Amino acid sequence: MTNQQIAEDLLVKYGENVNSFEEPWGLLTFTTNRQNIISLLEYLKKHETFRFNFLTDLTGIHLPDNEGAEFGVIYHLHSLENNVRVRIKVFLSQDDLHIPTAIPVHASANWMERETYDFFGIIFDSHPKLIRILNIEEMDYFPMRKEYPLEDATRQDKVDALFGR
Amino acid sequence: MENVIIPKNTTDALAFNRPIVEDVEYTTLNLGPTHPATHGIFQNILKMDGEKIVSGEQTIGYIHRAFEKIAERRPFYQITTLTDRMNYCSSPINNMGWHMTVEKLLGVTVPKRAQYIRVIMMELARIADHLICNSILGVDTGAYSGFLYLFQEREKIYEIYEEMCGARLTTNMGRIGGMERDLSPTAIKKIKDLIYNDLPKTLAEFEKLFNRNRIFIDRVVNVGPITGERALEYGFTGPNLRAAGIDYDVRVMEPYSSYEDFEFDIPIGHNGDTYDRFMVRNQEMWESMKIIKQALENLPEGPYYANEDHYYLPPKQDVYKNMEALIYHFKIVMGEIDAPAGEVYHAVEGGNGELGFYLVSDGGRAPYRLHFRRPSFIYYQAYPEMCKGVAISDAIAIMSSLNVIAGELDA
Repeated sequence: MTNQQIAEDLLVKYGENVNSFEEPWGLLTFTTNRQNIISLLEYLKKHETFRFNFLTDLTGIHLPDNEGAEFGVIYHLHSLENNVRVRIKVFLSQDDLHIPTAIPVHASANWMERETYDFFGIIFDSHPKLIRILNIEEMDYFPMRKEYPLEDATRQDKVDALFGR
Repeated sequence: MENVIIPKNTTDALAFNRPIVEDVEYTTLNLGPTHPATHGIFQNILKMDGEKIVSGEQTIGYIHRAFEKIAERRPFYQITTLTDRMNYCSSPINNMGWHMTVEKLLGVTVPKRAQYIRVIMMELARIADHLICNSILGVDTGAYSGFLYLFQEREKIYEIYEEMCGARLTTNMGRIGGMERDLSPTAIKKIKDLIYNDLPKTLAEFEKLFNRNRIFIDRVVNVGPITGERALEYGFTGPNLRAAGIDYDVRVMEPYSSYEDFEFDIPIGHNGDTYDRFMVRNQEMWESMKIIKQALENLPEGPYYANEDHYYLPPKQDVYKNMEALIYHFKIVMGEIDAPAGEVYHAVEGGNGELGFYLVSDGGRAPYRLHFRRPSFIYYQAYPEMCKGVAISDAIAIMSSLNVIAGELDA
């Protein structure tokens, strides 16, 4: 089972809903949209040869310059039988940060989605308990977004040009 | 199990089996945040019917330190110190995992000798991690002496860390591109003493105390079982998944740092209960010793770091005499060296399971986004399901055998 076979199979099934295929360091990476992500996860899990039955990781990313697709949700799946990984990305616009929850397909998504909500404010629809998990509940911002600087914004002595981002 | 020891059915003995009724008033019990049995700061709010747990809910995040955010501002080599503080029972594994992630991004090939030294240190760390977990399980079930025996050996492992990097707990061991120093003769002697003499003796003694101990078996067999499918759904990895009968080990599936050179077995259980988790960890320590022996015997000669001026600090004496060395030293220390852009996922077999690093670089001096896949964080969500309907004392044993490390849970 090669990345080429997986990509071709998905293109037949999902057509234009899967795109931007890449292979950084041999890990098949592609993008889909939020309408198809759950059915795609389910399809890959139930597929008779691929069997992507393990959700390794679910996380978010903030790309403020990527207009119309400022937020990404990144799924890492692992087929333990074939020992192949894939990375699936879904991009969301910052005006509409909704994506369906993956819990019906992978129970382990529960806390990982809560963590992603906690840090990025991405809302996982029909999640049973979408509240903050690591930060305090009173927090009124999403700390991993790029607009929240790590350093105290009032400090003058730490200039980005000298000390990096 | 043979018929010699039949596990006592605790549910019958305590007349537990009355059904959970909705209109009964239950007791709420706060287990944590600072309860000695949680071995770290996290809270479990348990709904109790007498001694029986009806349902549980976890609150975590008490020692959240925002590592992912901090990492977005730090040069790559400074992030090593953040990884120390995740699973602080086996920091060298976290360190090496991070170095390997960055090396993957940079395209650096590490010499064989450095890879072998890394394997030795990672396996020592795995032994230290499992020693803690298993001996603490003994403490939580009322057997204190095994803990004292094993901690002597853990102290010796920490002395080896000290010899290798100067630190004991938060090791910051190794560098991007290799190790910061070679295995010294003292370190080799200490490792050999430990692996050939002290640890096998103590571990055999520990196993004699526990493995067929009637009291211990009564407390752990059939306590908190989980099936293989359920464990996979909950994202279990490492010893906890293998105890449920699924032989997934990153060291074998995706060998890194020359693990393919060594011969070792992957112990698996079949019930996924507390006893199986205990036994899998015990057996893994013997396998780790096997790996360390092979690595020491076949330790290749040669350099212990890659010839990468841009990423590996030059020898200090050269910095005073050699212009290039001075420049590179300054650039590395100030974090002035940009990494290539790219997106990397690298996983290592940590003490608790698959420790993954998802690194997105935009070509700058620091990661654009760094996410740690922390095994404890993912499998700890199964805990309420595992302790439903058991006595509170069994819930403690289950938590202990899951080896939830608060630092890794909260990042």
